Amino acid sequence: MSDGPEAAPSDLAPAGGRRARRQAERRGAGRKRRVSVIGVIGELLITAGVIVLFFISWQLWISELIVGKEQQAQAQQLNQEWNDQARETPEPSDTPEPDPTEEPGDSAPPPVQTAPANAVKFAALVVPRWGADYYRTIAEGVGTAEVLDKGKLGHYPTTQMPGAVGNFAIAAHRMGHGGSLHYIDELQLGDHIYVETSDGWYEYSFRNLEYVKPTGIGVLDPVPQDPAAAPAERYITLTSCNPEHTSAERIIAYGVYDRFYPRDASAPAFGAPDEIAQTVSTGA
Amino acid sequence: MYGALWRALPGPWWVRVIILIVLVAAVAAALVFWVFPWVDQFISGQEVTVE
Repeated sequence: MSDGPEAAPSDLAPAGGRRARRQAERRGAGRKRRVSVIGVIGELLITAGVIVLFFISWQLWISELIVGKEQQAQAQQLNQEWNDQARETPEPSDTPEPDPTEEPGDSAPPPVQTAPANAVKFAALVVPRWGADYYRTIAEGVGTAEVLDKGKLGHYPTTQMPGAVGNFAIAAHRMGHGGSLHYIDELQLGDHIYVETSDGWYEYSFRNLEYVKPTGIGVLDPVPQDPAAAPAERYITLTSCNPEHTSAERIIAYGVYDRFYPRDASAPAFGAPDEIAQTVSTGA
Repeated sequence: MYGALWRALPGPWWVRVIILIVLVAAVAAALVFWVFPWVDQFISGQEVTVE
C-alpha cells in the first residue's frame, strides 16, 4: 500500500514514468560523480588482477597458438622458397637415374649441408604425430632471445647437421613461446620425424625418451650417452624441459635415420613423403 | 572510474555496450601483441637446453 502512489504513475503513463526515472538517474549520477579515491583504487586493483590472469593465460595458451601459427607461416615460406629454387634449377636427376626399383636415397648417403650463421633458419620440422598443421622452423644456435623465444627450434652448434653420421640435436620450448616441443612425451615408437632442408626431407623414426639433469650433455654426443663410441648411425635428438612449466629436468627424445626424400620439382608435392605432403604443400 | 566511463559514452545503452566491446578488444589485442611479449623478456623463462 505504501508504494502505491509511486507505482501508479509509471503504470498508467509509461512514457512519463520513464522520463521521471531518467531524471532520477541523472540526479543519482550527479551525486555519484564525486568519485571516491578508494573506489578508483579498488577498480584499478581489480583491473590489474584481470590483466595478470590474462598474462598467465597468454603465456600458457594464447601465445602458443599465435607463435605456432607464425612458425607454420615461416616454415611454409621457407618451403616455398626452396620449391622455387628447385623449379628454377632442375637437378640433373634424369641422367644418373638409379635403379627405379630401389627407393630413392635408401642406400646412397644423403646430402649434408654446412651449418649456417647463428640464428639463421636452415630447416623445418614436421612431425605427423603432432598434427597436420605442425610445421616449425629450425635455426642455428640455441640462443634464448634470438632463436628459442621466437618459437623456433634451435640446432646445437656442437652437433652434426641433418643427414650426417652422428647426432643432429635440437632444442625448443615445451610451454609458451610456441611450445614447439609441447607434445614431445606423446611420441611413440616408430613415429616419423621429418627434417626438411632445401635438399629434401630426412626421415627419422622415434626410438625412445630419456630424462636427464640440465647438465646431461651426454645426450649431444655423436652416439648419445657414449662419448667414446665412433658414430656409425645418424641420430636425431630433441631436448626440452621437464616437467612442463619448469626447468628442473630435461626431456630427451631420440630418433634414428631411415631415408632421404630429395626435393624434386617434377614429382608430386616436390617429392615430399605422402604422410606429410599435405602439411608441406599448403602454400601450393 | 568505470562508472564515469559508462556515463561519458554517447548513445543508448546498446551503442555503449558495442563501444565498450570494441575498446576491450583493442586493449586485449595491444596487450597480447605488444605489452605481453615485451614484459616476457624480463621474466626468466624455462630452460630447455642441456649445457
